[in-house]
Amino acid sequence: MNDFWIILVGALVASSCSVLGCFLIVRKMTLIGDAISHSVLPGIVLAFLITGTRDSVPMLIGAAALGLLTVFLIQLFQSSGVQSDAAIGIVFTSLFATGIVLVSLYTQQIDFDLEHVLYGEIAYTPWNTMTIGGIGAGPKAVWIVGSCLILNLILIFLFFKQFKLVSFDPSLAAAMGIPVLFFHYLLMSLISLTTVASFDSVGSILVVGMLIIPAATAYLLSDRLSRMILVSIGVGILSSLIGYYSATVLDASISGCMVSSAALLFGLAFLFSPSHGLVSRFLKRRKSKESHS
Amino acid sequence: MDQAALKVENLTIAYHKKPVVEDVSFEVPEGNLIGIIGPNGAGKSTLIKGILELIPKISGEITIKGSTYKSMRKSIGYVPQRESVDWDFPTNALDVVMMGRYGHLGWLKRPGKAERQKAMECLDKVGMVEYANRQISQLSGGQQQRIFLARALAQEADIYFMDEPFVGVDAATEKAIIQLLMELKGKGKTVLVVHHDLSTVKEYFDWTMLLNKKVMKIGPTEEVFIPEYLQETYGGRLAILSDTKSGLLLK
Repeated sequence: MNDFWIILVGALVASSCSVLGCFLIVRKMTLIGDAISHSVLPGIVLAFLITGTRDSVPMLIGAAALGLLTVFLIQLFQSSGVQSDAAIGIVFTSLFATGIVLVSLYTQQIDFDLEHVLYGEIAYTPWNTMTIGGIGAGPKAVWIVGSCLILNLILIFLFFKQFKLVSFDPSLAAAMGIPVLFFHYLLMSLISLTTVASFDSVGSILVVGMLIIPAATAYLLSDRLSRMILVSIGVGILSSLIGYYSATVLDASISGCMVSSAALLFGLAFLFSPSHGLVSRFLKRRKSKESHS
Repeated sequence: MDQAALKVENLTIAYHKKPVVEDVSFEVPEGNLIGIIGPNGAGKSTLIKGILELIPKISGEITIKGSTYKSMRKSIGYVPQRESVDWDFPTNALDVVMMGRYGHLGWLKRPGKAERQKAMECLDKVGMVEYANRQISQLSGGQQQRIFLARALAQEADIYFMDEPFVGVDAATEKAIIQLLMELKGKGKTVLVVHHDLSTVKEYFDWTMLLNKKVMKIGPTEEVFIPEYLQETYGGRLAILSDTKSGLLLK
């Protein structure tokens, strides 16, 4: 049963991250996902200090607030002339550092484990269970990450045309009266929420990896955004499956193996994708050379 | 002319506090093809984006057929510069054209059969039906511009704003585009086009706007597109070969 829970949590994290990751990829904003996943740390710590509990809801709120602050600061710096990658780097490293300072200042008094926040271990999720009405309802992580996934899917499904147009051609979207900034911040809030919801149970490596790698793999394999999202979910789930079993065989970190599996799948797509792959491009080139000679 | 298709009053737009478009006022009558001409940095694109509220304006009043801009959004079509979007985006030509219908769909309605059919009609008008399912990165520059034009047609607007639709397209596409614009004009639509190539102004546009931060002149092309005003607009940086039939100009 524990196998099942771990794979399920991995798959849920992978799916909810990859759905959002697709939009980061097509908007060429993958670094922002990385940035948010780091800069939510002070939000988590502040929420913890204010409420004194490790309850998920205040932490999610604190993290989401910091996620939005990150995006806001990055835009502020960019619009006042700081180079865009520099702006991202400055904002997230300073917020992350602030978080670390906060943790080191206050956690002697309270039980708060930095290791756990950063490298939350997916292997322990089956034992952190929840009870609803006195009945065991399975691991907490399944509920938290699961609701995140459902929220992401519902919003992306409902507003798919807006998200798509805002990503492809923001000026046309704005001319049509679609609130471009609102959808930008909505996407960023979802990323912050998802990041933190997953953080707590599986650690940051898995989150950052799943935010980018399955979506990047799907980008190589699909020529429509809707299909890209489905493929990325598939890649995410497959990575968590392969990752889990390879981790048991190797007796290694499960999160690490899941991300490595995603990277492996990306490598395969990079080499063998029918449209973008290195091998197929090489074959095509040779074929056209032959037909010309 | 009972009511102007577009009326702009005292429009000022600035980037980083430096005015790019300064206190611009003009009116455009319905059913005309209007070329917006001016040197680089004259604020041609900025003017269009300011009218469409894509960038904040410092001051100014925009009215479309006597109503506020916001209430007339659905009757406005926009063709941004081709390089302003990422053509590697995972989508096909038909899908891009369907985006032209999004403004008419409201918040939650999803594009369906009717939108697909309209998009196919528009693709047909630009001669791109056989490319409907083609990934957009596999289209040539001219074909991409045609897709943008088809998308604008799908908007079914009364007044169109086009930002340099002739840049980087082949001669055949340029001809096809201008023919379409003429057709639109024939249906009583108003089309404003940011244009670079001075040698085709007289041939293409019945009205011309000369812009260099301010509107230097606007009116029927034969009255406005004359060496004196052009020199004024371009700050005397034009060499005019007056002996050619179109008054060809060189920088």
